[in-house]
Amino acid sequence: MTPRVGVITFPGSLDDKDAARAVRLAGGESVALWHADADLHSVDAVVLPGGFSYGDYLRCGAIAKFAPVMGKLVDAANGGLPVLGICNGFQVLTESHLLPGALTRNDHLHFICRDQKLRIENNSSMWTSEFEIGQEILIPLKNGEGGYVADEKTLDQLEGEGRVIARYLEINPNGSRRDIAGITNARGNVVGIMPHPEHAVEKLTGPTTDGLGFFTSLLSSLVNNGKVSA
Amino acid sequence: MSIDTVSDATSSPKTSQPFAELGFKKDEYESIREILGRRPTSSELAMYSVMWSEHCSYKSSKVHLRQFGTKVPKNDSMLVGIGENAGVVDIGQDWAVTFKVESHNHPSYVEPYQGAATGIGGIVRDIISMGARPVAVMDPLRFGNPENPDTRRVLTGIVSGIGGYGNCLGLPNIGGEIVFDSSYQGNPLVNALCVGTMKHEDIHLAKASGVGNAVILYGARTGGDGIGGVSVLASETFDADGPAKRPSVQVGDPFMEKLLIECTLEVLHAGLVEGIQDLGGAGISCATSELASNGEGGMHVWLDRVLLRDSTLSPEEILMSESQERMCAVVEPAKIDAFMAVCKKWDVEAVVIGEVNNSGRLTVEWHGQEIVNVPPRSVAHDGPVYERPYARPDWMDVRQSSGPENLVRPKSADEVKQTWLTMTGTPNLASKSWVTSQYDRYVMGNTVLAQPEDSGMIRVDEKTGLGIAVSTDCNARFAALDPYKGAQLALAESYRNVAVTGAKPLAVTNCLNFGSPEDPAVMWQFEQAVTGLADACLEMGTPVTGGNVSFYNQTGEVAIHPTPVIGVLGVIQDVDRRTPMAWQRDGEIVYVLGTTRDELAGSEWAHAIHNHLGGLPPVLDLQDEMTLAEILVTGSIDGLFAAAHDVSEGGIAQTIAEMAMRSGVGVRLEVPAWLDAFTFLWSESATRAVVVVPQNRNDEFLAHCESKSFPVTKIGVVDALSKSVELAGVFGETISLDIDELRTVSEETLPRLFG
Repeated sequence: MTPRVGVITFPGSLDDKDAARAVRLAGGESVALWHADADLHSVDAVVLPGGFSYGDYLRCGAIAKFAPVMGKLVDAANGGLPVLGICNGFQVLTESHLLPGALTRNDHLHFICRDQKLRIENNSSMWTSEFEIGQEILIPLKNGEGGYVADEKTLDQLEGEGRVIARYLEINPNGSRRDIAGITNARGNVVGIMPHPEHAVEKLTGPTTDGLGFFTSLLSSLVNNGKVSA
Repeated sequence: MSIDTVSDATSSPKTSQPFAELGFKKDEYESIREILGRRPTSSELAMYSVMWSEHCSYKSSKVHLRQFGTKVPKNDSMLVGIGENAGVVDIGQDWAVTFKVESHNHPSYVEPYQGAATGIGGIVRDIISMGARPVAVMDPLRFGNPENPDTRRVLTGIVSGIGGYGNCLGLPNIGGEIVFDSSYQGNPLVNALCVGTMKHEDIHLAKASGVGNAVILYGARTGGDGIGGVSVLASETFDADGPAKRPSVQVGDPFMEKLLIECTLEVLHAGLVEGIQDLGGAGISCATSELASNGEGGMHVWLDRVLLRDSTLSPEEILMSESQERMCAVVEPAKIDAFMAVCKKWDVEAVVIGEVNNSGRLTVEWHGQEIVNVPPRSVAHDGPVYERPYARPDWMDVRQSSGPENLVRPKSADEVKQTWLTMTGTPNLASKSWVTSQYDRYVMGNTVLAQPEDSGMIRVDEKTGLGIAVSTDCNARFAALDPYKGAQLALAESYRNVAVTGAKPLAVTNCLNFGSPEDPAVMWQFEQAVTGLADACLEMGTPVTGGNVSFYNQTGEVAIHPTPVIGVLGVIQDVDRRTPMAWQRDGEIVYVLGTTRDELAGSEWAHAIHNHLGGLPPVLDLQDEMTLAEILVTGSIDGLFAAAHDVSEGGIAQTIAEMAMRSGVGVRLEVPAWLDAFTFLWSESATRAVVVVPQNRNDEFLAHCESKSFPVTKIGVVDALSKSVELAGVFGETISLDIDELRTVSEETLPRLFG
């Protein structure tokens, strides 16, 4: 059975169709989930896409946290459901306390859209298992509030437990502490990343196809965990 | 507050009204009295004042714009022509495209952030009201002297506004222009282009048909923003210490606009709508009068039902408010509930404010009292039409006769190299990535090409690869030297930029930015530019699908350069076949297509090095331009090109520098024997492109050019081992420019000025 991956659309989500496309190109079935849905429609994993949920007029992701679908999502994620938060989705994950830390205004105060080089630091999470540690990838980055911050103790803990999944290379585009571009929870099922792997899945429209690895990693993790058959 | 009703107007014909403060001439006011057979109520006066404004009525431009309707090329692709919110063209495979560019110049000077932001919002609503999904935006911008401190205020605000609104809306920004010239110091130009796609059956028009149908206002609440001149009326009805004068610049909410897009497309696709209109300039006045006059001819509006952000607004203000993110739909009574359900899903407020009838009148009531009773056409379409006097100004003789022939040119290989580096870093030629990196070009996942490529390219159909390319261009200095030719050169450049990427040019839109129409010299520039554009579109077979006129771009007596920004839309059958701008592999052969003449008048070199503007613009042969485009498009389909790039501002020097910086790989070139290095590098002769051909396709390419009898000159080869641009034949020497050095020079200019 093809793995079913839900993509949640909040009012103001922008990259939901791109996330769905990436799921399909990786071989999964994408399932559209609505912020007001009462349940997760039995999906095998969930992507929280980029955008400006509810306009991000409060703190980014702060209102999305209260969407009806999020209660179910938090429970499911704590139970092991794979969840990937991209950009605004990462912000929603930190606001929901599924991941530690917060994303703050870029240190240079401008929105920035660029092709960003990253180094993969962890290949044990469900979303990064098909990468090599130390592998360099190039995927688009586009955010106004992408500076990852956390207290020193939390940062040390993330580093110590190998939970930094990717770091910015060459330039730090937004002032993130310790060049952190993405992190995972301790269990390795919930991943947040600021750059956009879903925009690097086709040669025609992306700088590379390096982003596809996040989605193929998920599908093979699901197979290996026996969640779905190969 | 006291309400001026229709019966008041009938019973008090002598009441004096502030028509002059609202921008009316005495005879315009008299003609309103004639139409109505009485004095207008203050609400009616408010409606006429906005709808008869230059911006809404095109009263000065109409007589000239008619040429776009009479000089129409044979072209089967036009599905909806001029006059609707935006024209629609057929691109095949049952897909249609609508695109339009509009100005938001004056608001952006007063309040750069909101002015630019709401400029995008307005053009996006024009596109969705045709039934199309917006798929990309572009922003042609013009600023004053980059060293002037006010330019920093204006530019940084406008760029933030475009980014802040556009990024949050989720539309990729795929190109545009940034041009600096001191003629724009007191009048920056902020034009915004939006392109949308739809299936043929989804095309919708703005008309209120079906007696008994409901008129629904939905989207943001109506507030006191964007009211402008009507505050004169409002101040009469408020107490002396009541609300202050309203701001005349609107405030945008991109999140609301995103919801409005999704909500509108859902109600359209569900078949719940008979007619639809966006609310932009002139707000409810415009939407109701246009819908009514395009439909059954009558409409009744209960104005007190309009949802307000500010309960103290007077009816005149509500009629004129330009609050953003609002739409008006005409819906059959049986479908109102379904319509409201979709609005509720998207958290969009909606209310029935009126009903279509066949009374032939637009009537508006306010808490039971009739405050408007007018023939809707008289408001929407039958405004004044002016035959403004126009005359070629005498100073054109001086301008055209003082050419660039005596300007000092570089005299040695070293001076050529220095000039090349200097030119690469001028504000007009420098890299614009400091600006474009503040815009999202990836969202929606269909962006095939974006800035700095020649045109923006979007994949329309993921299965078949059908796509579109869009470019906007205008060298206003050419238009200042000869507005007729300048408009044609702008069209030619835009047409070429589309063709260079492999797309076939199909249709044209425009944004005509000029000074005051009351100045006969400006009016002459306008008449010449429109005639030039209409003549060229007829000859090239690309119809004008719509456009926008912006007059009064002048501070005091000094008008901006005439700036007819031309947008061209092209279609490409398979976006995989697109031609990029950067060469790729060792040994690829570099050619110039077209003829290079000693043409420096209006060039970037004359402007940047000598601050000179005079002479006659480059010659242009439209048939040659079409042949060049055909070579570029068929060559792309046949895979003859590794790369291609347009030659325009900054000449071949700039074209080569941009290709090298984009590629990172070096090239070895030689100046053709019959040209001097200076002319070869910086002439801005029209109808040229640099193309790069893989060695194994060389014979085919040359045969292709020969069959079209089109001039082609080999100028060099790509050298993968080199990291520099080498040019031989420069005063007997070979010069070499390091690509990293070029890139540094190119990329440091904008951050230095504005970062």
